[in-house]
Amino acid sequence: MNDVSAFPLEISGSPAPMVSFRKVTKSYGALTVLDELDLDIAAGEMVSIIGPSGSGKTTVLRMLMTLEQINGGVIYVDGQPLTHMPKNGMLVPASQKHLRKRRADIGMCFQHFNLFPHMTALENCMEGPVQVLGLSKTEARERSEELLEMVGMIGKKDQHPSRLSGGQQQRVAIARALAMRPKVMLFDEVTSALDPEVIGEVTNVIRKLVSEHNLTMLMVTHQMGFARDISDRVCFFYGGKIEEQGPPAELFGNPKKERTQQFLSAVKEAI
Amino acid sequence: MFDWKWDFTWEVLPRLIHATGNTLIAALAGYAIAVVLGLGLALAQRTPYRPVTLIVREFVEFIRSTPLILQIFFVFYVGPQFGIRLSPWASGMIAIGLHYSCYLSEVYRGGIESVAKGQWEAATALNMTTTQKYRRVIIPQAIPPALAGMGNYLVGIFKDTPMLSVIGVAELIHAANAIGSENYRYLEPYTLVGIIFLAVSLPAAGLIRLFESYVRRKLGL
Repeated sequence: MNDVSAFPLEISGSPAPMVSFRKVTKSYGALTVLDELDLDIAAGEMVSIIGPSGSGKTTVLRMLMTLEQINGGVIYVDGQPLTHMPKNGMLVPASQKHLRKRRADIGMCFQHFNLFPHMTALENCMEGPVQVLGLSKTEARERSEELLEMVGMIGKKDQHPSRLSGGQQQRVAIARALAMRPKVMLFDEVTSALDPEVIGEVTNVIRKLVSEHNLTMLMVTHQMGFARDISDRVCFFYGGKIEEQGPPAELFGNPKKERTQQFLSAVKEAI
Repeated sequence: MFDWKWDFTWEVLPRLIHATGNTLIAALAGYAIAVVLGLGLALAQRTPYRPVTLIVREFVEFIRSTPLILQIFFVFYVGPQFGIRLSPWASGMIAIGLHYSCYLSEVYRGGIESVAKGQWEAATALNMTTTQKYRRVIIPQAIPPALAGMGNYLVGIFKDTPMLSVIGVAELIHAANAIGSENYRYLEPYTLVGIIFLAVSLPAAGLIRLFESYVRRKLGL
């Protein structure tokens, strides 16, 4: 089973990483998707994950959002264990209550937006702050409108998602996630389902976030140019492990591992 | 050929119309029970507690596999042996409400299962509790696809109310039977009952379809 006795109850140190994967393993039956992954992300850092499909990129985000349970290791967020909780001086699997407490630090945007279709753009953004954070409607509206303004969607705030284009829906989804004031934002292939001509409107919002907000961000993407532009660090995943990682200029300009070189040249050819 | 008597028809019509009121009340009250209880049964089948899920599923199967009339008899005639003494009306409402709640729970279940997995994930990402997920995100989206099925069972429950006549609820068939045996004439009362059922069922089905499209529009789906 998952013996976590060797893992610390919390991570201290200055500065402690905002997110820390320690020997995290995830498998579906016989298929191992992630194999003892170690990954630290500093506060305010923007990390992109690239790699061939099936390499476990999206699984990293899904586990961090607690949409999937891990099979081994521990994930820490802001120094505190996320997948586990301390009990009698030991780490035990997290309860629902613990998950709810720790999950508040994390926000996520999905490939298919997943906006609530029965709510308007504004209602989508207000839902979490009102229901989960307990904000008054006035406060939540103010906060949501500010964010919709930031993503350029204030003019469509009373529209239902079915009336919005993919790019517009994704921008609302970003505002919805930000309205919860997370410390860590996860972007899971947020441009993959978009028509090419609207990808820019979404990437521009993310660029703005990177430059104006001190958020920790983790992004899975197929947009190599975008990842190169905005990331502090790029991780190339292969076979459930980080094959190579480094600053974008280095990883894209001078990849050291053969698999990275192969992947990058294959991607280049596709363009 | 036909020996249709118009004066007799007009004479008994008010009594039948009065009974129609009872039939409608029975159908709507039974349906109200079924709508609420059905949702409860559907949700109970989705709890993570295996024993609860199993018991509820078996209960639903049991009710769906036995005739409504048996359930009506059971509540009315067997209930008193266990000290539960209920009026024909109360027994009838409980039996018919319970019966249809099991059918409705399947309709709800289908509706809930039709909600995309991404909706659950988005709700989790917003850190909602399970209750909030159901109440705010899942059920509002599960209802519109379930409305057609729910409407069918509303008409169904209306057509099944005559079964309540066997325990003496004064609904349409009960009234028609009474009129028939008092006057030795069955043609007019039964024909009228048929027409009344048709006159309610057909517009109801149309109204349900209108309501369905209204709800879909309202929810932006």
